[in-house]
Amino acid sequence: MTIKSNMIATGDLFPSEPRRGRVATFVRRHPTIVAGGGILFLMVLIAVFAQWIATIDPDKIAPIKRNREPTAEFWFGTDMLGRDLFSRVVYGARVSLLVGFAVAVCATFLGLVTGLAAGAYRRLDMVIMRLMDGLMSVPPILLAIALMAAVGGSVFNVILAISIAEFPRMSRLVRGLVLSIREQAYIDGAIASGSSMPKIIVKHILPNTLGPIMVQATYICSAAMITEAALSFIGAGTPPSIPSWGGIMNEGRMLWQIKPYIILFPAVFLSLTVLAVNLLGDGLRDALDPRAASRI
Amino acid sequence: MTMETPVLELRNLQKHYFLRPDFWGRPTATVHAMDDVSLSLKRGETLSIVGESGCGKSTLGKTIVRLQDPTGGEFLLNGERADTLQGAALKAFRARVQIVFQDPFSSLNPRMSVRETLAEPLVNFGLAASRADIDAKIATLLDMVGLPRDATNRYPHQFSGGQRQRIAIARALAPNPDVIVCDEAVSALDVSVKAQIVNLLGDIQKETGLALIFISHDLAIVEHLTHRVAVMYLGHVVEEGARREIFGAAAHPYTRALISAVPNPTVEEKKPRILLKGDVPSPLAPPSGCRFHTRCAFATDRCRAEVPRLRKIGGDHAVACHYDFSADGVLIQHAH
Repeated sequence: MTIKSNMIATGDLFPSEPRRGRVATFVRRHPTIVAGGGILFLMVLIAVFAQWIATIDPDKIAPIKRNREPTAEFWFGTDMLGRDLFSRVVYGARVSLLVGFAVAVCATFLGLVTGLAAGAYRRLDMVIMRLMDGLMSVPPILLAIALMAAVGGSVFNVILAISIAEFPRMSRLVRGLVLSIREQAYIDGAIASGSSMPKIIVKHILPNTLGPIMVQATYICSAAMITEAALSFIGAGTPPSIPSWGGIMNEGRMLWQIKPYIILFPAVFLSLTVLAVNLLGDGLRDALDPRAASRI
Repeated sequence: MTMETPVLELRNLQKHYFLRPDFWGRPTATVHAMDDVSLSLKRGETLSIVGESGCGKSTLGKTIVRLQDPTGGEFLLNGERADTLQGAALKAFRARVQIVFQDPFSSLNPRMSVRETLAEPLVNFGLAASRADIDAKIATLLDMVGLPRDATNRYPHQFSGGQRQRIAIARALAPNPDVIVCDEAVSALDVSVKAQIVNLLGDIQKETGLALIFISHDLAIVEHLTHRVAVMYLGHVVEEGARREIFGAAAHPYTRALISAVPNPTVEEKKPRILLKGDVPSPLAPPSGCRFHTRCAFATDRCRAEVPRLRKIGGDHAVACHYDFSADGVLIQHAH
């Protein structure tokens, strides 16, 4: 009954008639989505409203107030240059979320284009997949470091480098989905109905791949945030002028034995955000397609 | 007597699948799915292709709707070569020859509404001038297959198997084709639904003069709806004839065995069943001579060596066997 199971996998992902009652049931049944989505939403609010939440300029250097422990004035304390850590952590959310979401979008787009082409056109398959094998043979973080070394540090370059490092996974997933959907009789039906291959890809294959792709995109998002922090931590990512969680941890590295909170706060925020995205992804996976859980 | 041009004519059609390519891309194994199949189909006629699984029925169906290309032979639509068409000509051909698949659960895109599914061929083949025209044509199609007109905005999962098959038939009817291939189109349905769909196909055929190729392993259904029957075994047509000839006076030992296996719901007379020994041989290495000789009770050395050609044994009735049999299945010794 592989055909039938595939029907469930691809067919009932999105109920065609969304109703209020169904949304409420969905929320009750999938607490991970609510938890993950809730934390993530909070982080997005923090990032968007950073300038109102963090009232002290994150870049304001005050040597007299350096290395302060957390107090009522400086909630998370200050760093070696006397900058307010709470402000820096709040502003740091912008970089992490921007990089995470932008990479998820870019890598998904690249993965979709290459994966659809490889799955639909046998001749391209060999070439594209060997290329992906090549990219995947280098660990994503190393590839990202190498790319950053080549293009220099900026948020845009970070997004670009991590997207290139992450998209082969998406490409493979999409190719696999296309290969299984191609075998469905409705694709033959579409060919008999006179549809051209590009039309079949857009109208028949793409809509049926969206569920697993969305799940994979959330994993890419969280991996990108970690990679961004790692790049910033080793000084190969976001330039030091922009506060980022990885960067703050890097600056606190020297003092971590005596002032561990410098590293602790950005680390907690990073972990929470990554956890939220992963929870959301897991929840989506289970909600959209319980059978695909073992596939991804 | 003038001969009417058949809607569809198959000449020595062959389909081999090449498997397990070696390092250089050369096939190391070949599946002989369909070999030397010659058939013809007239307007308004139903030709049934019967045989057990793996005999090449579906390969035949997929090949004549050009979902795959034959590896040999040719076939003609309305007297013109159709197996080599490409591009715009192939698209025009697709409008003439349609297909209905076995599984109504996988033959409709789960994310497309009935309207989208039915509009697809209308738009692709340029058969509708405007949105209103599309809607009008879809309404006509739904009427033809006996579905309510308000079905247009619903999705496949909101329908039963039989209703989905009606949608699939409506999609096949959309370009007003000359031929529809029904590839086990009723095999996945309940008995009562099966009968409804079969009757629907019959009614549509009477109305439109459509020719049907009905691929099935269900001989009871075939006997009910067909005009002619072609029996396939391991990629070869072993017998072909009008319904009455096949069901009443089958000449090939395989056809006889096949027909004797049809369950007969009577208590009075028990027809003896002809049991075939063993399994169908692998199409990777089909037997020499007559492909049926490994399981035929009457096989001789000649059968093992020489491939029997289809020969006429009266009217439209043709059989691919070296020998003749009497009505009760006794071998009459003489060579052809």
